[in-house]
Amino acid sequence: MSSKIDKWLETNTFHHGEFWDILELVKEKEKKGLKISLCIPTLNEEKTIGKEIVIFKSELMERYPLIDEFAVIDSGSEDKTLEVAASFGADTYLASDILPEVGDKRGKGENLWKAIYQLKGDIIIYVDADIKNIHPRFVTGIVAPLIKKDSIKYCKAFYDRPMAYSSGIRSSGGGRVTEILIRPLFSLFFPELTSLIQPLSGEFAVRREVLEKIPFPIGYGVETAHILDVYREWGLEAFAQCDLDQRIHRNQSTNALGKMSFGILQTFINRLKSYGMVDKLPELATLYRQFQAEGNRYEQLTREIVEYERPPMVTIPAYRNKYGIKD
Amino acid sequence: MPKSLNTILDSIHENRENLHSIREILLANAMMVGEIPAPTGHEADRITFLSNRFTEDGLQNISIDEAGNGMAMLPGKKGTKNILVCAHVDTVFSSSVDHAMSVTANKIQGPGIGDNSLGLAAIVTLPEILKRLDVSFDDNLILLGCTRSLGHGDLGGIRFFLENNKLPIRAGVSIEGIQLGRLSYIGIGMLRGEISVSMPSAYDWAKFGATGAVAILTKVVQRIMEIPIPMQPPTQVIFGSINGGTSFGTRPTNANLRFEIRSEKEGMITELKEKIIDIVEETANTSEAEIEFSSVAERQTGGLDYGHPMVKAMRQILKTLEVKPRIEPSVGELSQLIEHNIPSVTLGLTRGENKNEFNESIDIPPIFGGLAQLIALLQSIDGGLCDEQ
Repeated sequence: MSSKIDKWLETNTFHHGEFWDILELVKEKEKKGLKISLCIPTLNEEKTIGKEIVIFKSELMERYPLIDEFAVIDSGSEDKTLEVAASFGADTYLASDILPEVGDKRGKGENLWKAIYQLKGDIIIYVDADIKNIHPRFVTGIVAPLIKKDSIKYCKAFYDRPMAYSSGIRSSGGGRVTEILIRPLFSLFFPELTSLIQPLSGEFAVRREVLEKIPFPIGYGVETAHILDVYREWGLEAFAQCDLDQRIHRNQSTNALGKMSFGILQTFINRLKSYGMVDKLPELATLYRQFQAEGNRYEQLTREIVEYERPPMVTIPAYRNKYGIKD
Repeated sequence: MPKSLNTILDSIHENRENLHSIREILLANAMMVGEIPAPTGHEADRITFLSNRFTEDGLQNISIDEAGNGMAMLPGKKGTKNILVCAHVDTVFSSSVDHAMSVTANKIQGPGIGDNSLGLAAIVTLPEILKRLDVSFDDNLILLGCTRSLGHGDLGGIRFFLENNKLPIRAGVSIEGIQLGRLSYIGIGMLRGEISVSMPSAYDWAKFGATGAVAILTKVVQRIMEIPIPMQPPTQVIFGSINGGTSFGTRPTNANLRFEIRSEKEGMITELKEKIIDIVEETANTSEAEIEFSSVAERQTGGLDYGHPMVKAMRQILKTLEVKPRIEPSVGELSQLIEHNIPSVTLGLTRGENKNEFNESIDIPPIFGGLAQLIALLQSIDGGLCDEQ
């Protein structure tokens, strides 16, 4: 097991610096006849969306035509996210306007799922909109392994977290939810997947042939579900990960991470059930409870968190029709 | 056949419209360069960015000189003459400041975006701009990012370049991000000085009337303020910063003043400098304190006349763009160009606010007029319309 992980780390873990030559990537992409789409899922991101669009459009479309199309898919922002995005020439969509016949669910996963229908690329890149230090590497780093190596189907970003370290060795960790929840779960049930340094990072690039065949939880569990489903179907070799150095973004409160963990656990346990790895589990509760104190009085805060899942896109008739998939 | 100024002016509006197609590339360059910290003397990372861009655009003679300046040449059709287009690279912000930029539909905000990330972006985007506008020149363009411009840097970058450059330069254009309409053609006389007061270690604090470094420095400031300053030609003394002491009740042993004198009157800087040195020496002799004056930077007054063809052309270009000229003397790169007898102007590209504050911002829409102005000026220089008869 360890030698397999070591081998994978050696062959499938990259640093964005290896892909500095964007022109070479463009040539290779064209040689292979690949089309690449970029999706930025948004919800109230007016402060950061403009810079992402300007930099991606300039560097990855106009200077180097690496990206063939990119779209902002929004969950119904109440700020000026869509106005700013459109002012710099981005294609903007409301998730609810895409595939209206399947209805509208609220959540980032919904936007990612609907992007598969809306965008035409053979590879779809997803980049979150809240990155303060946006740079072309956030795209080139995760798409390059897919362009260069046909066996790679799903590439995740990871980031160097410490601002300073004193020796040559530093711990490469994920965020809090990764280290406290995901890594222990993977270690227990899917040890090979522990080699993904930041399985929850919001930046990843995936081949359409994979995206269209996997279901999408619309909420917190989307990244976890992807990893489990891709691993089960295509194995560890289908994954790659790329170090993008630092990512500066807003930090979430511990309470918010609690809700996120609750959603992820639902997804995880449902996967264990459907893979036949556990039985006799009671029906999972969907009410998440937190508490707040005022003097000596404690108040219960409850929130219903249901990880609704979209089916694989390939099962949607409109998609099959659009992409000419025969029954 | 060289173009007439009228033909150049006729194309300004069309160029301004066409320049919108370069918007994302220009803004991306401005933000990417702006997010690389470049306090004076530490500009290497920004210069690397510039050089990479020059390389990607296939320019010639790309190099970084001993002063750290980054430069490249965009060869002209004839290439017998050279026009220098420069912008300073350094900023007033230390590396520890958060340099992240943010952009909305009409504004970019971030430290140094106007002074001078946008100016630098114009330089690195210029080859692409000319390509898109289908504009070419007979002269070579030398694109230069100047280091060590501000404060103690004392124009070290441009100074080194001009002292060691072997190419004959026909004219110079110095670009600042803000403000659009700026037209500088006079290098203003300037003295940037520092006065340091320190109390000797054997100073007797117990004696009656014992003060401290701050009180003594205040006396010096007061004496400087008593020097008669002419209103015309304009002369200014700016007390930029004063530092000293550590708390409420501890007698300060050190104090320091940084000031700048600017004057359009020839010889005024030398005269004021001598008076300040006299004040410093006199105060030192009467107070037991050690007081030192040091000159950090000095420039002498000089420049083009209001009626110089380059200034005239610029006025007409601005008039065509319906931008009111803001005629102001410069203490920047322009003063060095003038000292080397290179006819030059400094211009600004857009409107902006809060210069040198953390929330510095620039307006996006006026940039295209600012760039059209630059192209028209370069065309005028290239066509010989800015040469003195």
